[in-house]
Amino acid sequence: MTTTTSTLRGAPVRRGHRPNALREGALIARRDVLHWVREPWGIIFGLAFNFMLVLMFGFLFGGAIALPGGGDYLQFLLPGMFALTMLFGLESTMTAMAEDAGRGITDRFRSLPISSASVALGRALADLASSALSLAVLMLGGLVIGWRPTTGPAEIALGVVLLLWLRFALLWLGIFLGLRLRGSGAVTAVQVLVWPIGFLSTVFVSAETMPGWLGAIAEWNPVSATATAARVLFGNPTGATSGWLAENAVLAASVWPLAITLVFLPLAAGAYRRLRR
Amino acid sequence: MNTAMGSTAPRPPALRGAGLAKRYGTTTALDGFDLVVESATVHGLLGPNGAGKTTAVRCFTTLTDLDEGTAAIDGIDVRRDPAAVRERIGLVGQFHAVDEALTARQNLVLFGRLSGLSKTHAHERSAELLDAFDLTDAADRAVSGFSGGMRRRLDIAASLVLTPAVLFLDEPTTGLDPRGRATVWQAVRDIAAAGTTVLLTTQYLDEADQLADRISVMDHGRVIAEGTPDELKARLGGDRVQVVVADAGRADAAAASMARAAGAEASVDLDTRTVTVEVANGAATLAPIVRALDADGIAFDDLVLRRPTLDEVFLHLTGPATSAEPRLEPR
Ligand SMILES: Nc1ncnc2c1ncn2[C@@H]1O[C@H](COP(=O)(O)OP(=O)(O)OP(=O)(O)O)[C@@H](O)[C@H]1O
Ligand SMILES: [Mg+2]
Repeated sequence: MTTTTSTLRGAPVRRGHRPNALREGALIARRDVLHWVREPWGIIFGLAFNFMLVLMFGFLFGGAIALPGGGDYLQFLLPGMFALTMLFGLESTMTAMAEDAGRGITDRFRSLPISSASVALGRALADLASSALSLAVLMLGGLVIGWRPTTGPAEIALGVVLLLWLRFALLWLGIFLGLRLRGSGAVTAVQVLVWPIGFLSTVFVSAETMPGWLGAIAEWNPVSATATAARVLFGNPTGATSGWLAENAVLAASVWPLAITLVFLPLAAGAYRRLRR
Repeated sequence: MNTAMGSTAPRPPALRGAGLAKRYGTTTALDGFDLVVESATVHGLLGPNGAGKTTAVRCFTTLTDLDEGTAAIDGIDVRRDPAAVRERIGLVGQFHAVDEALTARQNLVLFGRLSGLSKTHAHERSAELLDAFDLTDAADRAVSGFSGGMRRRLDIAASLVLTPAVLFLDEPTTGLDPRGRATVWQAVRDIAAAGTTVLLTTQYLDEADQLADRISVMDHGRVIAEGTPDELKARLGGDRVQVVVADAGRADAAAASMARAAGAEASVDLDTRTVTVEVANGAATLAPIVRALDADGIAFDDLVLRRPTLDEVFLHLTGPATSAEPRLEPR
């Protein structure tokens, strides 16, 4: 400890620096990349879990599930799983946000002369990157077990974009929930609630096989919109023979995330500002 | 305050808070809190649990909005220009604020780069800080495996990536062993010697005594006494010399000889056979007291020299008659 004084005397002083949200957001996001490298098991387990769901539904239950309008269940299931993976990402956004705020690391960021948008931006960049990676792995896994998109590159690319668009929208919901529910048991409650929301959709079964009221709820689920749009764009069976969603899936998958973003992005920003209270 | 008047204008205090108030629902965390800390000094903020120390630090460091009052760092209002304030401060919060899953070095590089250093510069600076805080051997280990003392040192290092004009340390030694405490104390002295103003909160009188140029004692969200350690100690009645006599029957005789030796009144507690005398300078009166007891042939089992405890500070400062309800909860 003898050198501290000289270390301090030699230390840089910086004034009048312009915060740069993108640079700082990228630095904060890089933290997550370092986490993945140091502790890759979280990601690997998450991917293995999604793939296990695919195998379970595809091969265990799939034989017993008939699709309205026909088609192979596995081709129907995979795009649904892609959408579900985007929904599950909500959980990690929320948990990471709540943990950082609870542990004081968010306070340290807030005491630095950086843009006030950079913490949320860092979370957004890191989570989008990890979701894109999960999606890529799941798609490759799907191809291995026989899933086949039948359309052209442009449609496939648009399908991927719409999936990530849903993930983007859920970022703000996750940041909002993580900041507002931090430190309470409510975080666990949301982690559990993600499940029925995922199942109350057309991810695993067609809405047309459900009782009328349930089918209506499932059709209005934003996850269903994205799942159906992905099926359309990948040229996979949609399990929907009629109805608004069947005809306007791409529109629904564009508008739903936009609506979620418009509502929750300001709310997330407000929750961040509320940390000052 | 006029800061734009050229070199003749007096330099604003490093830290100034006037009439700070902060309420959380029905709890009043700050209640007319005033503080002035001159540049390049160490100021101790002393208070029990719940006194409002952390809230005060958070208000000065732009983490928490004030309900009332004005707070300024180097003359810059925290509400009007929080960004400029953040460029001038370093904060070591009460709870560890480093990334547990990263290594010590990765943490320092991250905070360095966020503070605007280039990649190379951030790495150089991290190496310097790791060295200065005795963390070089552990530099590339994950923080989750660090001891409390190592974390604390890393926490402090992380707030010194740039030289802050004002460094806030919120209970930096709570939970540390004596060696860890000594290390942090030395770091605080070094930081102050390099010209940084330090605001240090603590629950320990001796810590404030050791480190601070001035001390503010706070309770219930406001400052109840302010002064140099010596001024405060004089108000507190200084040191206590306590003697446990071997024979309770000789307690009064012991009190008489101790009072004579110390030139101050002695009090007797028969239940514990303890005779206490309050003196300004305990170390200097110890020998005369021992000689007096010896000369009077009074045997004793134990002899202690101690500082007033924080409880005594508060009892003294708040006074038993200031309010009907006791101001300190029993611990
Ligand atoms: N975010 C908050 N929400 C509600 N009450 C709060 C909050 N922060 C502080 N308080 C309350 O304000 C009062 C002062 O708290 P503060 O943390 O500032 O005290 P402290 O002196 O730092 O105590 P300690 O020594 O325990 O750290 C306490 O009664 C506390 O319960
Ligand atoms: Mg505190």
